[in-house]
Parts: sequence; structure tokens; C-alpha cells
Amino acid sequence: MSNVTPGPPPCMGNAMREQTTAAARRLARAGMIPLLLTLTGCDMVVMNPTGDIAVQQRDLILIATGLMLLIIVPVMVLTVLFAWRYRAGNPKANYDPKFDHSTTLELVIWSCPLLIIICLGAITWSSTHLLDPFRPLDRITAGRPVPQGTRPLEIQVVAMDWKWLFIYPEQGIATVNELALPVDVPVRFSITSSTQMNTFYAPTLAGMIYAMPGMRSELNAVLNAPGESWGYSGNYTGAGYSYMRFKLIGVDSAGFDGWVQQAKAAGGTLAQGEYLALDRPSERVPVMRFASVVEGLFDRALNQCVESGKPCAADVMARDRQRGGGEPHGHLGSGMPAGRAGSPSSGSSRTEPALLRDPEDKGTGPNVTAPPHPTGPGHRTPY
Amino acid sequence: MTAQATNAAEGARTYHLAEGEDHDHAGGNGATLLGFWIYLMSDALIFAALFATFGVLNSSYAGGPVPRELFELPLVALNTALLLTSSITFGFGMLEMEAGRVSGTRSWLLVTALFGAAFLGVEIYEFSSLIAEGATPQRSAFLSAFFTLVGTHGMHVFFGLIWIGTLLVQIGQRGLGLENKRRLMCLSMFWHFLDIIWIGVFTFVYLFGVLR
Amino acid sequence: MPEHSFLKTVFGRLTFESFPIHEPILLTTFIVVVVLGLGIVAALTYFRLWGYLWKEWFTSVDHKRIGIMYVILGIVMLLRGFADALMMRAQQAVAFGPNEGYLPSHHYDQIFTAHGTIMIFFVAIPLVAGLINFVMPLQIGARDVAFPFLNNLSFWLTVSGAGLVMMSLFVGEFARTGWLSYAPLAGLEYSPDTGVDYYLWSLQIAGIGTTLSAINLVATIIKMRAPGMTMMKMPVFCWTALCSQVLAIAIFPVLTAAFFLLILDRYLGTHFFTNDMGGSPMMYWNMVWIWGHPEVYVLVLPAFGIYSEITSTFTGKRLFGYSSMVYATVVITILSYIVWLHHFFTMGAGASVNSFFGIATMVISIPTGAKIFNWLFTMYRGRIIYELPMMWVVAFMLTFVVGGMTGVLLAVPPADFVLHNSLFLVAHFHNVIIGGVVFALLAGITYWFPKAFGFKLDPFWGGVSFWGWVVGYWVAWTPIYVVGLMGVTRRLSHIDDATLQPYFVVAAVGALIILVGILGTVMSIVMGIVRRKQLRDVTGDPWNGRTLEWSTSSPPPAYNFAFTPVVHDLDAWYDMKSRGYQRPMEGYRPIHMPRNTGSGLYLSALALVFGFAMIWYMWWLAALASLGLLTVAIGHTFNYNRDYFIPADNVARTEAQRARPTVAGD
Repeated sequence: MSNVTPGPPPCMGNAMREQTTAAARRLARAGMIPLLLTLTGCDMVVMNPTGDIAVQQRDLILIATGLMLLIIVPVMVLTVLFAWRYRAGNPKANYDPKFDHSTTLELVIWSCPLLIIICLGAITWSSTHLLDPFRPLDRITAGRPVPQGTRPLEIQVVAMDWKWLFIYPEQGIATVNELALPVDVPVRFSITSSTQMNTFYAPTLAGMIYAMPGMRSELNAVLNAPGESWGYSGNYTGAGYSYMRFKLIGVDSAGFDGWVQQAKAAGGTLAQGEYLALDRPSERVPVMRFASVVEGLFDRALNQCVESGKPCAADVMARDRQRGGGEPHGHLGSGMPAGRAGSPSSGSSRTEPALLRDPEDKGTGPNVTAPPHPTGPGHRTPY
Repeated sequence: MTAQATNAAEGARTYHLAEGEDHDHAGGNGATLLGFWIYLMSDALIFAALFATFGVLNSSYAGGPVPRELFELPLVALNTALLLTSSITFGFGMLEMEAGRVSGTRSWLLVTALFGAAFLGVEIYEFSSLIAEGATPQRSAFLSAFFTLVGTHGMHVFFGLIWIGTLLVQIGQRGLGLENKRRLMCLSMFWHFLDIIWIGVFTFVYLFGVLR
Repeated sequence: MPEHSFLKTVFGRLTFESFPIHEPILLTTFIVVVVLGLGIVAALTYFRLWGYLWKEWFTSVDHKRIGIMYVILGIVMLLRGFADALMMRAQQAVAFGPNEGYLPSHHYDQIFTAHGTIMIFFVAIPLVAGLINFVMPLQIGARDVAFPFLNNLSFWLTVSGAGLVMMSLFVGEFARTGWLSYAPLAGLEYSPDTGVDYYLWSLQIAGIGTTLSAINLVATIIKMRAPGMTMMKMPVFCWTALCSQVLAIAIFPVLTAAFFLLILDRYLGTHFFTNDMGGSPMMYWNMVWIWGHPEVYVLVLPAFGIYSEITSTFTGKRLFGYSSMVYATVVITILSYIVWLHHFFTMGAGASVNSFFGIATMVISIPTGAKIFNWLFTMYRGRIIYELPMMWVVAFMLTFVVGGMTGVLLAVPPADFVLHNSLFLVAHFHNVIIGGVVFALLAGITYWFPKAFGFKLDPFWGGVSFWGWVVGYWVAWTPIYVVGLMGVTRRLSHIDDATLQPYFVVAAVGALIILVGILGTVMSIVMGIVRRKQLRDVTGDPWNGRTLEWSTSSPPPAYNFAFTPVVHDLDAWYDMKSRGYQRPMEGYRPIHMPRNTGSGLYLSALALVFGFAMIWYMWWLAALASLGLLTVAIGHTFNYNRDYFIPADNVARTEAQRARPTVAGD
């Protein structure tokens, strides 16, 4: 388990990718020079991704920007023109203080933005449905549909404070802060979080999606080129947030098998104990690999019941639904039906609310950034 | 411009009220009632948010008690009757106010306050029984939402009672002057507003809860 | 240990450790603040100004004075909020690779939370409220707002909220949860210290002030317009004020409710936004954004109104397309209420839901675009005089359209998937808020300052302010847009990739240029006061204005108008001027005015004490303060002596003075 040395993310693909659609290219030529200048840098991952979904999202950004520039550029030009031409010192300008209404102009004023928004709205509707992260992929890249009967690679993601846990259920392995993907293979991520609202964000691969405690979100994506890049947490979650990132490795299928074997060779099992230890807040966690994972760990993480004795959220909800209305109440004070009363059924170590709290409790917990002393900024022992 | 031309034809315009009417005399133009009504609308939005919260959480029992195990409809019906009656008695009070009868107004206000206090008493009894049974606001999200929604309404009734008490004293001191009438009008809106909210609470929290 | 627990009961969780004397940055700030504060107190005492301030300002119910006090609050808090911005920019400019920067995340996280909270709640809202308060009653020809006491109370409640935030600098800590304090991070389990409590109570107190103020302003506009001023003859600024305040009334209760539930979670242990026991953190996000998105429009609509007034004045033309401007404002008001979900497209709502909210968001750009065109065609065939306010308008139009464009881009859900929570998003909303709201507020302050004080702001320093802000904005935020496209997420206290450093260094330089702009703003006021004799305006109408506020003297008398004006035209004052209207010099009547009161100040002080006691768990003090609140509130209602008449003689004297202005006078 070697510590990952922080360094610049590698350059992803050196030229503008050829996947740019013809339309986007035309628009690009049409007048986005300033934007383009900034896009050519090899670090513009968002503008220069290697995953098909991200490429389509990039194209959409270019098309939408182009559409809007159709109105933004004339407005800016007119602003400068009018501001200059109708300055008080210009004797040639025509001064007409009563020019305050023109039905024709008003019509143009309202219909120009309207037309553009109609176009953009149509694009939005279709692209939102096509690029819905829950929707299974139908192509690997432009012009290369997913072959019939392909089952996507399943990967389960748990966002923790402050690291990413990836479980490969089919391969039976798990990793922390390292995600390897075989190139040109559709992947289906099931994403949840153990405590906070996070976003799973791998800009080279696809757009971000929230990782939420007790909820499962999904992302279907595919990586089209080998190489290394980084993924991040996009939503602030407290002290270790800035360091919560993972290495994304694109490999060919032989490379992927090798990588899996490597993980298997590393030994170690991710079971309840290891999971709970891992789940404790920690910063700058090095890459870790586990040769095997206990069954159903992700589901327990999703239902917040990895800890023994904690009922799973899904079971509780199912039981609640089943009970429906429950038994009618006798009269007040007659007591609760057996098993309903008493202390909360989940959460072994509940936080006491302020009013029940000992006053000298200063209020600090594992997620609170510890005051910086004495070991330097943001110090927290790595796992 | 055509507007200018027609205006010129009208001849000289007046540009100020020569008699110096102070048209913006606060309260004289119903601004207070309008303002208070707008306040009630903002309060209604707080309740809307609480109702929505209850709607989202009303089946999140977390393994805890469900409505049918908790609510006792006869008690709630009694409570509803108390509050609705207090609205009627307040109405009688307002009729007395219109007629300019100080003692009649005060008596009906007192009756209203008694009904309101009885309502609160029943609610406090209900809450304390629930808490004694272990159905505390901490038990589940459903119970949190229930106690907060019903309790916020109860707090409003409580402040309404303080307001009634204050006005009873003020009417006693100063009779039914312009200010006190205006205050009674506002209080009346407030009290009926609480009634409307309660009908929502009764229907969506208690009835639907038990029938579900 | 009875003594020990007695202290705990008295002081709650407040101990000596709560004072950050070990933090050199904070300690220095604290010393500077104390020295400055003592200096001000000493000066006020030496010049015997306390009585004057108390009688004429603090207890004043005059909408003009309250408006000015709001603006002062906003400018003071701007300095604090901008200091936070500078610290963030400095940290992000150095914290690359092995360099951790000078701020640990413990401190940095508080700074970005405080920056956002302060800039929205205690800079933008007070400045907007201040300008509306000062200008709107004058524009509609009223003598005050509908509820003068409530106005005073609203102001002081806002001050109390700001006071709590400022206290968190030196007593305990502020929140480290981001400016909206999302659950579950802001829940007790993950943020048990005082930070989120400071956040919640200060915003709760200030929020009540804002709601009351909005109710007051709406009632004023509806009920107190001068005779003849129909809704469609109302100045655009009043229209935008009306829409913005109606919107405020529609949204602030939701925020109050959300904060109330979070407070219950934290103090009573309920389960609204917790991860377990059936709570739903996502509900908190929905509630705060139902407030949060329209809030942008609460701020930007009056800004649009300011631009409209200024454009019309300095082009010497009626506003082009007045009615379409009004309809656009109303449409924006309604639409802004149904777009909140675009703040979390990436939570995985279905594609149809996302498309709906995305398209609804885009539709807002149609009326906004129409507004831009309307200003454009107001300039067309105008005779534009480039005084500072007009320069702000042009800078706004060129800056804001870019922000609008990136906003629509973010409204396309699949595009938002890659741009959400990135610095691109941060650059976008700073583009809209600085380019839209801040430019307008600075333009508005420059425009109406001579009305408030009778002399103009210093034009040289005003120019410094203008160029500093405009150039600084572009230098600071263009690189942030770019790094956003590089996939850099927001709120990072440290970035590993050192190749990004140049962008952040440029951004920091931009922030320094904005600093020059802010100093210019402050200096233009200071030098304006110093050079007030040269800058004096005795006409009351220095810009050749078109609306009623310019028809009275500068500064206006307490009663605003000796006679209630009668309105015949949209540009009422321009109409009067062009018809040779002469101000009547006799026949004055006594004027009915509201009396000053200290109740608002007392109530707000008690609210501050209550908030502080709740934050530090001093339950006895909280109980005492709430009892005090109730007592003062009820006591206030027993005061029936709330108004008085300004005798006709006094009115005559004041009006006569105006007729013979003394240039030499002070």
C-alpha cells in the first residue's frame, strides 16, 4: 500500500478530440475565438475529456454557447456602438427624446430571445433524456453502438469522510481512492455515501452525480482512452474535503485483468470491521486494495446498517409500510404497543441535542476540523 | 407624443393637493389591515412549509409508532370544537365592537380566550401523554414533523391569548378608539387564520393519519 | 463541585478557550477593532454626538434616515466580507502541491462560509433595502412608509443579525458548512460546535427583519402612492421594488421554516434533516433553494430598476418600452419561484423533472433579455451624459450578459452535470451578482447620494471605484471561469496540481484591483464630505432627473413634500418641469408625522442577547431575554402617543430656507 504522491494530473489527450461533432466544430469556427483559445490547453479536462458521456456533454456546452452567442455578441456590439454614438458630445447623433415605444422593435426584442430559448429548450429536453445518468448506454463512442447482450461492468461506490471506496462485486475486490476502468467497456456505477452529501466527479469520464447517505444514485459511463486522471468530490463535506480525490486509471482489457490480479494479490478482506475502521473520518488516505469483499456490503452501506445491531433502513421502511395504520389507539396513556416505545431503534451512539447536553460539552466530533495546533495546518492522522 | 398633445388641450394641471390632505396618514387608508393580511400570508407560508415537511415525512416512522396507534380522534374532535367555537365567539365580539359596546366586546373576548385556553390545555394534555408513552419528537421523523406542525399552531394560539389579554386591558383603559378597533380587526384576522390552519391540521394530520 | 456547575449554568459552554487569543490573525483583528471602536466611541463622546445620534438617527422612524443607516451597515459589512474574499484568494494563490498555504482548513472553511453569508445577508440585502427605503417613498410622493416603527425595527433586527456574525469572529467560531449550511453536514452530529448556531440565529433574526421590511414596503407601494399615480405610472424602480419585496415575502418564510427545523434538530434532537430515523437531508436542500434562487431576483430586480432610472435620466429620454419592462419584471418574479431544482440537477431527479426545471430557468432569460434590449433602445437616439452612474450602466450591460449566458449554460442539465459545484459555477454567480447587483448598488449610491446629503460624491475617487471594480472583476473572475472548465471544484483550501497556480495568482491580483475599487468607493464618500462645498447641489435636481424624488430639496425635509404631489405622467417631475411648474410658497398646513421611538432598538438588542444565549447554551439568559422581548413588545403597544404635527409655521420656514439656499452654509 504505497502512498499516492500528489502531483499534476496527467495530460489527457493532447489534441482536441476528434469526437467533436460537425455542428460543434462549425460553431467553434463561427466566432468563439476567445473561448477556443482557452480550450486548447491540455488541462481543460472538461473541454477535452476521454469518456463518451463527457464528450457529449462538452459538445452540448459548445452548441449551447454558440447558440447564445448569436444574441450575446450583437447585444455587446450594439451596447458599445450606442454608448459611443449617442454620447452627448457627438453633434452628428440624432437626439429623439420621445422615442420610447415601437411595437415592431418590441416584437423583435421579445422574439429573438424566445426563438433561441425554443431551440435551446428542444436541445435541453432531448439531451437531458439521452444523457440521463440512469439511462443504460447505447453507444461506446460516436458511431460505435454497444454490442447486443453486453452487460455493463458493475462498480459500487461509497463516499466516506474523506475517501472513495470502490467495490467491484463481479471481480470480488475493493479499492480505496483508485478506480480502474477497462477502456470501451460500459460501466454502471451504483453510488451512495456513508455520511455526507458528496458528488462523484470524474471530469474525464462523465458529469458529476451526488452520492447521498441512504440513497443510491447511478451513473452509466464509458471511458474511451487509456491513461491516468483524477476524480474528485465536488460537494464540500468538511475538513478533509480538499484531499478527497481518487486516481482514475483507464486500461485495456488485459491491463484490467492484470490490475484485478494485483488487487487479489494484495490480500486482505473488506469485511464489517475493516469497513467501519475505514469509515472513520480520515484525510489524505493512500490507495488501498482488498482482495475480497464480504457479500452485500454495499447494500448494508446503502441502508446504513453495516454496524451490527443496526436495523437496515430498507427493512424498517418495509415494515413501516406493512404495518400501515397499525392498531387503533385505545385511549391516551394506555401505553404503546410492545416494541414501539422506548429508545430509538437505530443509531447506537446518538448525538445528544443541545438542550439535553452537558454544558461543558464543547461540541466536537470526528467531522469537525480540529483546531490546527500543534502539528500544522489541517493536521489529521492519515488512516 | 399624442399624450402630450391631449394634455395641452386640458390646460393647466394641478400638481399638488392644495388643501394639504395627508393622504398617507398611517392607518387611515387601511394600510395596517393590508399589511397585517400580508403578514398572515407570510405566516401561512411558514405553515405551508411545515405541512409540506409533514407530507414528506409522514410515513417515516423509523420503526416507531404510527398514527393509528397514537391519535385519539374524540379528543381531537373536542379540540376542534373548542377552537371553532372560539372563532364564533370572537365574531360576536366583533359585532359588539361594531355596535360600540365596550363591555360586550370585552366579555366575548374573554369567552374566546377561555375557549382558546381550553384548546391549549387539551393539546398540552395530548402532547404530554404521547411523550409519556415514549412517542417523543425524537422518536422518528414522522413524530418530529407532527409535534412541530401541531406545536407551532399551538404557539400561535398561545400568542393569540397574550394578545387578547393585552387588548382586554387596552380596551378597558381606552375604550373602542380608532387604534383599538384596528387592533381588534387584526386580532380577528389572526384568530380566524389559526382556525383555518387548524382545519388543515385536523384533516391532513389526524383524519388522514388515522384513516390511512 | 457546586461552584463549578454554577459557572456552567451561568456561562453555558462559554469558557476562556472560546476566545481565540491563540490565533494571531484573529487577535490582531480583534485589537484593531477594539482600538477603532474605542476611538469612535471617544470621538462621539468628545463631540457630544451621542444624544444627537440617539434622537435623530437610532430611534428615527424617518424612512430616509433608516435607508441611509441600512446603506452604512451594508458598506461596513462589505469591508468585512471583502476581507474574507482577499484571504481566500491569497490562500488559493499559494496553496499548491506541498505548500499548505497559510490557512488551515479549519480557518479557511469558516472564511468562505462567512464570506457568502455576509455578502448576501448583510451586504446585498441591507444595501437593496436601504436604497428602496430611501428612494421609493420619495418616488411615489409619500411622506414615509406605511409602518414607520416597523421600519426601524426591521433595520435594527438586521443589525442584530450582523452583530452576531461579527461576534463569531472573536467569541467562538463561525460555521464551516458553506453559506447555505447544508444538512446533514450542518446537523448536530457533524457540526456540534457553535458555528452553525451562530449562523442559524443570526440569519433567523435578520431574516425576520427582512420579512417585516418587505411587508412594510409592499404595503407602502400599494397604499401610499400620490394621487394620480396609477400602477402603470409608477417609476420602474418602484415596480421592481414591489416585485422584489413581494418575492421576499413569498420566500423568506420558507427559509425561516427551514432554519427553524434545523434549530429543532440541533436543540431538541428531532429528525428532520438527519441521516437516520427517517429524516431527509434532501428536504433541507429543497427548502433553502426555494428561498435561495428567488433571493437572487429579490436582489437583482431592484438593481434592474436602478439601471432603468439611471439610463432614462442620463440619456435624457423616457425609458424605452416601459410597459414591457414592467411585464418582464412581473414574469421574472413568477418564474423565479419555480426553478429552484436547477441547483441540484445532479441529485438524480428524473430526466423529465430536470428538463422542466432547466427549461423554466432558461425562459427567465427571455424577459431579462428584453430588459437589456430596452436599456439599449433607451440609449438609442439619446444624448448620453457619462456621469459615473451611467458608466456603471454600460459596464453592467457588458458584464452581465456574459453572466446571463453562463447561467443559461448551467441551466442545461447535462452541461450542469460537468459544471455543477465547479469554479465555473462560482464564477457565474459572482459575474451575475457583482456585474448585476453590486454595480447597480454602487451606481444607485452615486446617483442618489446628492439627494440624501445635498452634495455629490467625489468624482475622481468615484472613477477609481468604477475602474477598480470593473477591471478587477474581469481580472479576478475570468481565470476562475477557465479553471472551472478544467474541472476544479469549489471550496478547496488546497489544490494538488501546481500547474493551475498562475490562474489563481491572476485571480488574486484581480481581487487586489477590486480592493482599489472598494477603497475608491470609501474615499469618494470621504472626499465628498471633505469637498462638500465644491460638490454642493442647491437645486435638489443635480442630474436633471425625471421622477418625484428630484422635485424636493436635497436633503429632503422630514416631511418630504410640503404638499402632496399630484401625478399626471410616468416621468412626473419631468412633466412638471416641462410645464413650468412653480412650487407654491404659501398656504402650508400642519403635517402629520410619526414620532421617533426606541422600542425597535430595545427589541433588537434583546433579540441579540437571546441569540447569543441560545448559541452558548445559557438557558437562563435566553429565557430572560425572551421574557424581555415579550414585555417590551407589549409595552410598546401601550404607547398610543405615536404621532405629532409639524406646525405650518415650521413647514413655511423650512420651505423658505430652501428658496434662499446659502452656498456658504455648511
